Order: sequence, then C-alpha cells, then structure tokens
Amino acid sequence: MTTLQSNQFCNTNEDPRNRPQLIRNHTDFGSVTDDILKGNDAARPPKSWWFALAISFSMMSMLGVLIGYLIVTGVGVWGNNNPVMWGYPIVNFVFWVGIGHAGTLISAILFLFRQKWRTAINRFAEAMTIFAVICAGTFPGIHVGRVWLAYWLFPIPNQMDMWPQFRSPLLWDVFAVGTYFTVSLLFWYLGMIPDLATMRDRATTKVKQIAYGVFAVGWRGSMRHWHRYERAYLLLAALATPLVLSVHSVVSFDFAVAQLPGWHTTIFPPYFVAGAIFSGFAMVMTLAIPARELWGLKNFITMRHLENMCKIILFTGSLVGFAYSMEFFIAWYSGELYESFTFINRAFGPYGWAYWIMVSCNVVTPQIFWFKKARNSIVIMFTASLFVNVGMWFERFVIVVTSLANDFLPSSWGIFEPTWVDVMTFFGSFGLFMTFFLLFIRYLPVLAIAELKAVMPAADPHGHGHSYNEMTPETDAQAALAEEDE
Amino acid sequence: MSQDTPKKLYGLAAEFTTTPGIYHAAEKVNEAGYKWFDCLVPFPVHGLDRAMGVKMTILPILVFCGGVAGFLAACVLQIFTNSLEVDLWALVPVVGYQFDVSGKPLLGAAAFVPVAFEMTVLFSALTAVFGTLFLNKLPMFYHPTLKHPALARATDDRFYLVIEACDPKFSKAEVEAFLSTLEPESIIELDA
Repeated sequence: MTTLQSNQFCNTNEDPRNRPQLIRNHTDFGSVTDDILKGNDAARPPKSWWFALAISFSMMSMLGVLIGYLIVTGVGVWGNNNPVMWGYPIVNFVFWVGIGHAGTLISAILFLFRQKWRTAINRFAEAMTIFAVICAGTFPGIHVGRVWLAYWLFPIPNQMDMWPQFRSPLLWDVFAVGTYFTVSLLFWYLGMIPDLATMRDRATTKVKQIAYGVFAVGWRGSMRHWHRYERAYLLLAALATPLVLSVHSVVSFDFAVAQLPGWHTTIFPPYFVAGAIFSGFAMVMTLAIPARELWGLKNFITMRHLENMCKIILFTGSLVGFAYSMEFFIAWYSGELYESFTFINRAFGPYGWAYWIMVSCNVVTPQIFWFKKARNSIVIMFTASLFVNVGMWFERFVIVVTSLANDFLPSSWGIFEPTWVDVMTFFGSFGLFMTFFLLFIRYLPVLAIAELKAVMPAADPHGHGHSYNEMTPETDAQAALAEEDE
Repeated sequence: MSQDTPKKLYGLAAEFTTTPGIYHAAEKVNEAGYKWFDCLVPFPVHGLDRAMGVKMTILPILVFCGGVAGFLAACVLQIFTNSLEVDLWALVPVVGYQFDVSGKPLLGAAAFVPVAFEMTVLFSALTAVFGTLFLNKLPMFYHPTLKHPALARATDDRFYLVIEACDPKFSKAEVEAFLSTLEPESIIELDA
C-alpha cells in the first residue's frame, strides 16, 4: 500500500488521475438536490441575505430617484458637455455589457468545448449576464435625453413615416444588445425548466407549487422531451457563441467607426471582446466566492472551479495587456500625428492617473495568477477580482473620455467633470444588479441541478468504468486531504 | 365517488434507482416492440434516447428555417426602410426613409451585415426554444404521470419507465409480468 502524498489527490491537481470528482462528498442524486436547494428550502433566508438585500434595495431605490430627477430636469444634471458628450452613461453601458459576457461564454463556449466544470457556475453566471444587460440597457435608455421617445430606437411604423438609420453603429447596438438579452434570457430559462420542475415537485406550500409549476411548464422529465431539449441546448450554444463575440464587437463599432483618434482602430472588436470576457469572469468570481460561502455550495463550486476561473482571468488579462501595448505600437508605427498624440496624452496627459489605474488593475494584477498559491487563495483571488472590476471600468472611462476631451483641435479641448448624479447613478446600478441577484439565489435554482447530476460518475448508464473516478473511488483519507486543501 | 366509478388505467410505471437499470430496461422494452412507452428521468441519461429507439428530432431543420427567415426579414426591413426607391406600377412612389450621409450609398450591403447577423441569430434562437416546447407539447399542466405522488421523484433521484395502456400490445397482466423481469424497484399503476 502506497502512502498518500499530500500533493496527491488534490482537487486542483494538474493530473486528472489525481483529482477527485467534480462534485465533492456526494455519490447519490437525491443528496445533490437537497444540498443545492437547501438555501431555497429554508423557511427563512439567513440574516446576511436580508442585510445585503436591504443595502442593494436602498441603492436601487436611489437609482430610481436619480433617474426620475434626470427625466424631470434633463441631461444637464450629468457632467456630459461639449466636448465630452459621452460621459458616465456610455462608460457604464460598456462596463455592464462587458460584465454580461461571461455568462454566455460559460454556458455556450465552454459547453461546446465540453468543459464539464462549467455546470457548477453556468446558472448564476447566466443570471448575472441577464441582470448586467438590464443595467447596461438602462444607461443608453436614459441617455437619449427625452426618454419618452426612446421607442425611436426601434423600427416601429409610425405616423411620421420615420425609420431608424440602419447604417449607424448605434442602431446595430440596439439590435446586438436586444438580441443578446433575448437569447441569454431564453438560454437561461430553457436550462432552468427541469430544475424548476424539481422545485415544483418538492414545494411544500400551495403558492410555491403554483408559481414553480407555471414556470416549469409541466416538465415531467420525459426522455423524449430531453432528447429535443438537449438538441435545442446544443443549437442555442452554437448560436450564442458567435453572438457573444459579435455583441461586444458591435459595441466597439460605436467607437471604431467614428474617426476620432484613439477610437478609429481595427483592433477594437477583438480587444473589446477579450476585455468583456475578462471583466465578466472577474464579476463571476466576485459573486461566486461569497455565494458559495453563504449558500453552502462548496461541494459544487470547488477550488478547482475557482482555479480554472483564475487561469481564464490570467489569459484574458494578458490579452487585454497585449491590446494596450499594440495600440501604442500602432499609434507610433502609423506615424499619425493625432493618433500618437492621443496615446501619449492618455498615459501622461490630464487623465494619466486613470490610465495607470487601468494598467495596474488589468494587466499587472492578474499576473499574480501565474502562481498556484495565488490561484488557491480565496483572499487573493477575491481581491484581484475586485481590482479587475475597477480596472475594467477605468478602461472604458479612458477610452470614452480621453479621446473626446482632446481631439484634433486644441481650441475645442476640455476636461470632463462628473457630477454627484453621475457617480450616484453608477453606484445605484450596482443596487439594481445585486437586488436581482439576491432574489435569484433565494427563489430560483442557483446551480444547474440536472446538469450537475449528469456529470456525476453514477450518471454513466454503461457503468463499466469509463470514468477514471469509478476506477479510483475517493477514500475518506483522500477526501480529508482534498478538504484540507481548500 | 371514486369508488363506484372504476378508474381508467393510464399505464404501468417501473421504478429504477440506477442509470444502468433504466438503460437496459429501455433497451428491452424497445426490443419487445412496445411503441407507447417513455422514460421519466431527472437528467438526460446518455444514450437512453437511442436505447429507446427515439428518432432524431427535426428541430435542427426548423432552426435553420428560422435563421433563414430572420436573415431575409432583416434584409427586407433594412432595404425597405432605408434604401427603397421604386414606383409601383410606374405610378405609386414607394420611397424609404433615405438618410443622405456624405453621399454614401443608400444600399450599403456591408453596413447591413450586423443587423442581418443579429436577426438571423435571434430568429434561430426563438425557433430553437419555442420549437422545443412546441414539439414537446409543452406547456402541459395536466398529465397522469404528474398526478402520482411517487413519480415526483422523477425530477429528483429516481428513474421511471412507463408503458402506456394505449400501446397496441398492452395487457395489464402481461406488461406487469414483463416489467418485473426487468428487476425494477417497484411497479406503480398510473390512473388516467
């Protein structure tokens, strides 16, 4: 008998033969259902949930009041003014849309790549996507000034015989973000139907039975249904993959199609997409770490999941860093006076502080994930994810504001100053986001229960050890070791 | 009242606790020639649909058609609203809302690509989701298998194979005997 080395059978081992199963401490399906839904089944949510909801809801109410103030008074309550006409609202829009990218990336692209670990985080990453896109959609909606005319964004036949301009990137945005929201919502809901049926079947009160029953549309787990359902899920993943890449590309066209130095670059679409995935994963991490703590999901969202996310953050953060340096290189290499000036001005001009916050948060911070110690430390990864969130907001601030503030003509330069309404509206949007998220983890299946069961070794109908886990069942000693590891 | 009117039988359900159990049972039921049977499972058991003899769904074809429809709709929408300039029967002028921006062509195909792409994806995705629900005949809030309290575990941790009474080969005694050869945990009678 060999003695167990402490580096063996570790959850984050690079050698898959020495890894325990994806789902920890569960061998049967029933206990998985119970364990995931224990937060939803509890008669009362924990005090910390009420506390978080109270804060989020107050912030959301503040957002509502500020939007009301904006509508009654006008866009003058914001700092947007000549020459920086796109201030905070567009920065916030791009920030939130970017965050909304991780959900569909996890649910679609990682699904196509057969990354089974995605099943533990896809549900709430998708939920996060939807809430982030709601926050994102709010900003252009109120930025139009006369919000009662926001319907002009859509091609609706009207008495003025007036149609939108289909050759404008701003209209492409309406279609891209609208489609993205719709498809993400459908993907999320379709994935949730079997789990809603699970909640319906274990509901103890009439209200719950009816509410979950209605949304479960009478799902009964028929394999004939599952057959079409799985096909639809695969097709949606295949459709959402180009979609998720297109959305931030189209958002970047808002800038790239303009002729402003610093905006008019061909690198923007891939650069924006990498940044979006980067910020999205950071936000998933920011939410996953407290959620697994609060909701007792450590058996499902394990160290290995968090480590995988760290690796993705390292990769996309480096991509973003490469894009920053490439922008600079091209600005110099093109020999364009305005382009070179814009970039030097970004780094060393009046907004230099914002530029260096961006670089240190987005490029320097993720480099810590080269070290396994950092990838396995909750404190470090949570702190790093917060830094990335901050850095990605500043990236959008740098792009939007510096280019507009100092364009071709020095006589038309100006400095952008946000007002208190700008700042508080931005914080208020976090309230909106968190309120939705907290309601989601309390009332909806927070993990994809059916999908998680399907990746357990016991789910293999052939049962002759296709899975390495069956050949090396986790012993108590190994489990204890892996536990220590966390 | 339920005692004087004898209940109609919907079918017989065999309960299994493992995935190999339901998989091999489904294979045998399919081989025995039953057509009206189904498996109620908490998650898609890999290969079970093939073991049951379920034919490939036509959903991908529907989704493709949905995508084509979305693409055409986007082209028509953009050309009709922004670029059109024809005289219907040489009399009625039909003119789109033409934006003249630095003399750029009204029918700029490249500029129409993003919206055409998005609408293709949108229509395909809508077809995929609503097509699945339609082909699965959902929403269906009433079903005999939803009525029996034991079968609630089909969404939790148990696997059920249901042979329906409407199957031409169905006779209660025979099916009961056949199901018990599959070594189920229990056999449950379902009322219609």
